[in-house]
Amino acid sequence: MSLAARLRPAGGATIGRRRGTLSTARRQFGVAPVVFLFLPPALLLFTVFVVLPIGEAGWYSLFNWNGYGAPTEFVGLHNYELLWRTPVFFTALTNNLLIIAVSILVQIPLALCLATLVSNRIAGAVTFRLIFFLPYVLADVAAGLIWRFVYDGDYGLVAAAASLVGVQAPYLLAERGLAIYAILVVVVWKYFGFHMMLFVAGLQTIDPSYYEAAEIDGATRFQKFRSITLPLLAPTLRLSVFFSVIGSLQLFDLVMPMTGGGPSNSSQTMVTFLYSFGITRMRIGFGSAIGVVLFAICVLFAFGYKRTLMRHD
Amino acid sequence: MTDAALPDAAVGGTSWHGQATRRPAGSGRKRARRANLLTYTVLIVVAAIILVPLVATALGGFKTLGGLRANPFGLPTEWIWSNYWDILASARYWRMLGNSLIIATLTVSLVLATASMAAFTFAHLRFFGSGFLLNYFLIGLMFPAATAILPIFIRIRDLGLLDSYFGVVLPQAAFGLGLSVPLMRNYFKSMPHELFDAAFVDGCGYAQYFWHVTLPLARPILATVGTVSFVSSWNNYLLPLILLNTETRYPWPLGIMVYQGEFGTDWQLILAFVTLTILPTIIVFFAAQKHIVAGLTSGAVKG
Repeated sequence: MSLAARLRPAGGATIGRRRGTLSTARRQFGVAPVVFLFLPPALLLFTVFVVLPIGEAGWYSLFNWNGYGAPTEFVGLHNYELLWRTPVFFTALTNNLLIIAVSILVQIPLALCLATLVSNRIAGAVTFRLIFFLPYVLADVAAGLIWRFVYDGDYGLVAAAASLVGVQAPYLLAERGLAIYAILVVVVWKYFGFHMMLFVAGLQTIDPSYYEAAEIDGATRFQKFRSITLPLLAPTLRLSVFFSVIGSLQLFDLVMPMTGGGPSNSSQTMVTFLYSFGITRMRIGFGSAIGVVLFAICVLFAFGYKRTLMRHD
Repeated sequence: MTDAALPDAAVGGTSWHGQATRRPAGSGRKRARRANLLTYTVLIVVAAIILVPLVATALGGFKTLGGLRANPFGLPTEWIWSNYWDILASARYWRMLGNSLIIATLTVSLVLATASMAAFTFAHLRFFGSGFLLNYFLIGLMFPAATAILPIFIRIRDLGLLDSYFGVVLPQAAFGLGLSVPLMRNYFKSMPHELFDAAFVDGCGYAQYFWHVTLPLARPILATVGTVSFVSSWNNYLLPLILLNTETRYPWPLGIMVYQGEFGTDWQLILAFVTLTILPTIIVFFAAQKHIVAGLTSGAVKG
């Protein structure tokens, strides 16, 4: 069911479509008490645990502070300078970009392709959809552990499969150059089902009469896909790209059980970098600086993307 | 598979247009069958890539370590039930799941209570700053909790909530509001206006209207928001990792990491443990798949 349909209460589709605030006379009645009773809990919670911490991260990032007592050792932008001189920061940044690239260039096309297949009225389509969606509902940590086993050089599936064809498989997660690629596979495995479901929902909103009309005109499968499916699915695609990017930037849970950012920091992401360089070492100032940079990247992307590509959605 | 299962036949064949445009029987049918075969091949291969690691994990829990090494794919030569029984009989397994359940239930309750009230005011009342405040909640969608994790840690510590359930619940619920408030507000706003007119004539105030009319009618959106909050809390790792430090309070994602650290390379035990910890998720997922898929995807779409 499309979201628009879900948001419409049953039977309310044609009558009662007058939207907006209540009429003036009624608005006067008890507005202030309601606003002052109903809004503060959410507002307080959100301000104290979401908005203020971001501001505080900016403030703490200017200090050299181990978290005890008050931050007193003001160091200005030194933490950012330090960040700039830490090679691991750039490894993390590159890895995040790589994850974004794979999400957009591999995962989304794969999800779209599978969505068109399971949207057909073929036997078992619903079962396939569920199976493909299953990894998405599993916790990242559990998925990471499962794949740590799959990749294990002694007991794992990859090693066993390789030895069947007579090849000695490397310890994928223990090789500097390979670990991040092994993680990328798991990212696609874990998340493509979510994007596929978005596309399945998007495909259902396309009026089948477009396809019928195209068939009368003798359009091929590919032409139908290119001229009907793709343009009508564009808003869903833009949304899917948005989720991929924001999701890729916060990847942490999946990496921790597989490599913890190793070997020798080669598979760090921004958040694992923040964790292992800021949190475990209680360097509040430095860790906050990483957080601020990540925040800036997320917000710049979100605003830029919404302003340009999602302007009309 | 039969031709009736084909998309072309299913759409075109039953309609008037279908009768007129059906392709010459021979070649079209053969092509369709080939396409169908290809479709199933692709679907089965992908399904296998999804399922093989999961099934191998579950089966691996039944093996001995040596058995796992010799044969990680196939059925165990001898079924070691004790791997599973020992975990099921241990307090730590149930305590972990219990912790997760408590944290998730508290988070869902807090999100539903606070978000529905805020959403109600945004949907029905216009007051100074209401537009700004609604957008204010939207900024929560733009960045992950990880960016502010250190100040959150400091705040929770200063509040004396470190190592308590509420210390995890509060920031988790707060980060859930960015999605929940706008989602609920849209739903409330789309509810038929006549309802309020009728209630108002009967002398119903906003608070009563919210409690007796809005909430009962908003069950679908409450279910969506509840599902999203529950799943994200159930699976959350980063916040509890930083905010809890007593093992008896650990939710299961932390618990399996501790277990993994303890048993190192005793993969058969780790696999049994992982299987048992993801089992509740898998059971609930298949039992309530319609609601979960709809909740998680539509929750996201509005974001």
